[in-house]
Amino acid sequence: MARTGRNKPSLRVLVWLGVILAVLTSVLAGGTMAGKASWAPKLALDLEGGTQMILAPKVEGGSDINEEQLNQAVAIIRQRVDGSGVAEAEISTQSGRNVVVSLPGTPSSETRALIQASADMNFRPVLVTGPGAAVPAESRTPAAQLPKPTAKPQNGSDSNWITADIQKQFEALDCDKPAQDKQERSDPAKPLVTCEPATDQTPAIKYILGPVEVKGVEIQGSTFQLQQGAQGAVTNEWAVNIQFNGEGTAKFKTVTERLNQFYVAAGGEAGSDPKSQFAIVLDDQVISAPRSQAVITDGRPQITGGFTEQSAKALSDQLRFGALPISFDIQSEQQISATLGGEQLRMGLLAGLIGLLLVVVYSLFQYRALGFVTIASLVVAGALTYLAIAILGWTENYRLSLAGVAGIIVSIGQTADSFIVYFERIRDELREGRGLVSAVENGWKRAKRTVLASKAVNLLAALVLYFVAVGNVRGFAFTLGLTALADLLVVFMFTHPMLRQLARTRFFGEGHKFSGLDPESLGAVPLYRGAGRLRSPEDKPSVVRAKNTGAAAEAERRMTIAERRRAEQQEQLAGSSKGPAKEGK
Amino acid sequence: MSSFAKFGNELYTGRRSYDFVGKKKIWFLIALAGVALSILIPVVKGGFNLGIEFRGGSEFTVSNVKTTEASLGEKAVHDVVAGSVPRVANVAGTTMRIQTDKLTDDETIKIKEGLTSAYGVTDNEVTSTFVGPTWGADVTKQALIGLVVFVALATVLMALYFRTWKMSLSAIAGMLVTMFITAGVYALSDFEVTPSAIIGFLTVLSYSLYDTVVVFDKIRENTADLDSSTRRTFGEEVNLAVNQTLVRSINTMMVAILPVGAILFIGAGLLGAGTLRDLSLALFVGILIGTAATIFVAAPMYAWLRQNEPPLVKQAQRVAHRRADSAAKDAAAAQPAQA
Repeated sequence: MARTGRNKPSLRVLVWLGVILAVLTSVLAGGTMAGKASWAPKLALDLEGGTQMILAPKVEGGSDINEEQLNQAVAIIRQRVDGSGVAEAEISTQSGRNVVVSLPGTPSSETRALIQASADMNFRPVLVTGPGAAVPAESRTPAAQLPKPTAKPQNGSDSNWITADIQKQFEALDCDKPAQDKQERSDPAKPLVTCEPATDQTPAIKYILGPVEVKGVEIQGSTFQLQQGAQGAVTNEWAVNIQFNGEGTAKFKTVTERLNQFYVAAGGEAGSDPKSQFAIVLDDQVISAPRSQAVITDGRPQITGGFTEQSAKALSDQLRFGALPISFDIQSEQQISATLGGEQLRMGLLAGLIGLLLVVVYSLFQYRALGFVTIASLVVAGALTYLAIAILGWTENYRLSLAGVAGIIVSIGQTADSFIVYFERIRDELREGRGLVSAVENGWKRAKRTVLASKAVNLLAALVLYFVAVGNVRGFAFTLGLTALADLLVVFMFTHPMLRQLARTRFFGEGHKFSGLDPESLGAVPLYRGAGRLRSPEDKPSVVRAKNTGAAAEAERRMTIAERRRAEQQEQLAGSSKGPAKEGK
Repeated sequence: MSSFAKFGNELYTGRRSYDFVGKKKIWFLIALAGVALSILIPVVKGGFNLGIEFRGGSEFTVSNVKTTEASLGEKAVHDVVAGSVPRVANVAGTTMRIQTDKLTDDETIKIKEGLTSAYGVTDNEVTSTFVGPTWGADVTKQALIGLVVFVALATVLMALYFRTWKMSLSAIAGMLVTMFITAGVYALSDFEVTPSAIIGFLTVLSYSLYDTVVVFDKIRENTADLDSSTRRTFGEEVNLAVNQTLVRSINTMMVAILPVGAILFIGAGLLGAGTLRDLSLALFVGILIGTAATIFVAAPMYAWLRQNEPPLVKQAQRVAHRRADSAAKDAAAAQPAQA
């Protein structure tokens, strides 16, 4: 117990692990007290049941939905549901016409809106803007002064789009009235009179828009970030990025070339020509109408100005998920029971428990007292995983399905493997004749590499599948990554520091018979402590034997001490009837 | 202590050694035969028995039921189509939803009758419709893309870590053998392929690579400074590494397989078909084969891939030379008294 200097770091690591556990527990406790989280992990559809929504598609012009559109709709809805967490929703088609979405628990109104959100998104140039309220009857444009188009419109920004009808419609429009749910979509080839609904910061605005110039399906992706200043430094302004596909890039370039001319002509930043704006239109409502400050040639426009983090994310989400050409009516919404009885879960847990008991018995049999370190480590790993699942159930809507429960039980095997690799390395070091303290250090150095490399494979699988795959596979990847991380944390922060501490106790340090690290039963003959490279005189014959001394000496160095001992013992055995040293005690 | 520790000692020192590398031809032949069989089984059986989640199926809705007992619905389906795994759920109070595999018209009518009497409702309270797959083509496509990306990245990662692409190649070969044979056994069992089974396969895939990396790391360590050693040839060093990690392999396999086996034999045995059985069968077979494939396929294959590299051939010659030499010295030293 003299070398307390090396004791401290391992104690400190153990304390840190305690801190992590305490923090996770208090986060969960806080969430529970706030009524948002719960101590029990959330369960998935198969175990808990949930809500089943039958969605009937609304198609432009009332035509029937075809199979391709339906499959596309399923894919997009799946993306949206996945985007809101890892809830493992079930989405399928019914009678080749409807989409059935089953979600665990009761979906929040946001989730419901996200699923239902018809998202007919497109970009139209702005022709005229005005305050949201309807123009009072007395100050409306008299019939004689109503615009009469003089020619066929040349492009999307041509004022000739504005007919007398359009002008009347524009003036009569009142954006403060709630929009009626229209069954029909506007004609993309015609101008559109519509509103941008009021938000907390901005009042409602109404618009006359030109025909659709870029369609939403041409958006490849969208992200949001803090805007970068001229020097590349991050500013406080939030920005939304859009990425168009090839066709969209070309179209968007043509549009911005035209709109930017209006922007420049009106005097740049100070100007206010509405024709320099293009409107992002979702379901015939303007969600944003930025000005075209530059010609965008690479299909990567950035929208800035007055975003909060929340509004930037909302717009980005709308842009990303907006490419669905069909909208849906929720035809029915019903509670649905679990498809697997509670019996399945109970049996699964019971079987898992029996399996765990077998693991305990096996590791005690294999590793004696060291087996308790395995069990303690598994308990810590279990606690970490449990807390993580409960917290993620709250923040990410992560839910455990029966397959997930089984997956976690199975992950015990891989978690335990880290300890097994480590213990076997320590035993190898003991076989080479090291003392326990240095065997633990050296064994750890080697085991650490192996553990890190092999866990990297699991983490890689988890990451790739999480980001690429959808549905159940994504849920699986999440569980895999979670358990691999918990495992790494436990090996580094619990098992190793624990062993370092234990190596200094008498029971382990002196290699008690039941410690699992008894050098004698491991076939090691104690050498001078720490003298891993020590060559004793008995080794001489083999050195002398060798002709090529340089290479042979190296070879002998490679030969483990235990091997040399063994060879000597065998020679001794052959020479005398004296038994091997290990049977002495 | 236990004889298992002694077993470990002997493996470690090389006193007890199993010839994994030397007999590689036999192992490769067995593996190839296993893979060939695994491809043949589903072909002969006419493909995998895909579940409703992949193919879609029929859905019955029973309204105004007297009891919401799920087993009644299950029994009504079993009576007509033995061996199918219907998904029965209670929807909004007094309605039952029963989903089954695709049915013929005849079966549909019979099940409808069965459900009518089982739940004590009238004829027109049972309706049937067709449902599409919940695990659609898009899920499969994304999962496959994910797998290809993962295997490609894992290959690069291993090649960088081990500094040789031959280890990556061997590891991937071992993984493929594992996947094929696991799929073959699954096909043989005639269990329905469900999303749980796929999740099981994915777990096995990552386990297989994981296991190989652990063993290969020991091989890397043993063969790191082979150039300066004449103790063993490359193949022998690889074989020693596999032997030295054999106790680890067995222990890890046991620890991984005990809970899975418990779920498979206790859980699924009592409950019959379902999520647990599908998942645990895929895992049980996969973990066994995966551990074996590392030892019998991946490691010998690595030795085989490298054995003809000129430096290693030279090193093997030096080893042979040294052995011949020391044998001669031994013979000479046998006469005078030993030191």
